[in-house]
Amino acid sequence: MSTPDLNSRPRLAPGCRLSETSKPQRVLLMPERALRLNGPSLEIIERCDGNHTVGQIVTELQKRYSKAQPEKVESDILGYLGRLHDQRALDFD
Amino acid sequence: MSTPVPNPLVLVAELTHRCPLHCVYCSNPLELTKRENELSTETWARVLGEAAELGILQVDFTGGEPLARPDLTQLVSAARAAGLYASLITSGLPLDEKRLDALSSAGLDHFQLSFQGAHRESAAKISGTETHAQKLSVARWVKQRRMGLTLNFVIHRENLGELKDMVRLAEEIGPERVEFAHVQYYGWAFKNRMKLLPTREQLAGSLEIIRQAEERLRGRIRVEYVVPDYYAKYPKACMGGWGRKVLLLKPDGDALPCHAANVLPGMTFENVSRRSLRQIWYESDSFQKYRGEGWMPELCRTCDRRGQDFGGCRCQAFLLAHDSGSTDPVCSKSSQRVLVDAILADVDAMARSEAATAVSPPAPAPDWVYRANPR
Repeated sequence: MSTPDLNSRPRLAPGCRLSETSKPQRVLLMPERALRLNGPSLEIIERCDGNHTVGQIVTELQKRYSKAQPEKVESDILGYLGRLHDQRALDFD
Repeated sequence: MSTPVPNPLVLVAELTHRCPLHCVYCSNPLELTKRENELSTETWARVLGEAAELGILQVDFTGGEPLARPDLTQLVSAARAAGLYASLITSGLPLDEKRLDALSSAGLDHFQLSFQGAHRESAAKISGTETHAQKLSVARWVKQRRMGLTLNFVIHRENLGELKDMVRLAEEIGPERVEFAHVQYYGWAFKNRMKLLPTREQLAGSLEIIRQAEERLRGRIRVEYVVPDYYAKYPKACMGGWGRKVLLLKPDGDALPCHAANVLPGMTFENVSRRSLRQIWYESDSFQKYRGEGWMPELCRTCDRRGQDFGGCRCQAFLLAHDSGSTDPVCSKSSQRVLVDAILADVDAMARSEAATAVSPPAPAPDWVYRANPR
């Protein structure tokens, strides 16, 4: 698995987008699959907009989930982004 | 049935059976739908709305060649307006940049472009048409517009030797995703299966090429390999289970649980001109026929894998064992597995004799049955 650089700016790859906000269950739509997004995963994906760096996403979620261990939040996010990158759902600019 | 029926997630919309190609393994039925019986733009637009209400997330516009429908851009707009993810499964012709711009503006999410070979000559032999140069242009245009791109190489014994070149071509083009998909043995491909099935040895070699490609391309191109299930130990979860995930519409609006279900004897299918998608999914006899576990023979009903492969493919059970309610003969637990092994043994023998004659006089042209076009 590839590990994302904290300074890179992830954005959704061509062919991938979030489902519309009107639907109760948000999903990441991609070729031949759809990924259900729960609270944290949705918050991560919403920040994969080509503006946030990986480091900023980590910091923002560490604040939001201040009861969780910061190192655990970071490693979870890096793992999640790395997997999505390998699935070609994300580009790292 | 005790467990609740899940809503469908994917609509496969076979817009037309017209196609500029004549591939010898076409997944369309041998009986093709005529143009005058194709659904209208208005009916498709209504159906796309019903699909979204039913919980469907994605629509695959396919055919035949979906670009043969002049109203394709309108249908993509209708899909997006309904909130669906719109994917086009195409040979890439007839298409120019102007039309691609229109499709892109209409909100087409993903473009799946088929390739019949790595080279012009081999592709022409399989498809019965000259298409390779056009496909290379189309791939470039799609990339320039930053649309999602999948390349789909359809593979079989005749072109498996080109697999390395196919990987190289995919690498040059640089899509997000590439599929190397062995032909599935239904319809025209079932007719031509003795010419199309690879040998066990060829298949093993191809697995190694794919493994290396996956490793080298990780993070750049997602590589997927679909192997012929005749070589598998257990059957594939055909369509993710009958009436469980996918709803397929034929050009005339007949609703099927899978591409080939119309070969099954005694089945009648509802049509979207007379029934809503919701009624068809939840109430029609055809969608309920092999849904869940009630229909299963003892072997499947007591098998630990029943929730993974759902008894395999009904059409394959019919085509090979002449009983659509039996265990998929691909399954190594099935007493009918001998039917599959006999085919594979014939393929091996045939490939060996082909190899023996290839060195001396030129081998005779293969007696393909090229796919026809609807009248």
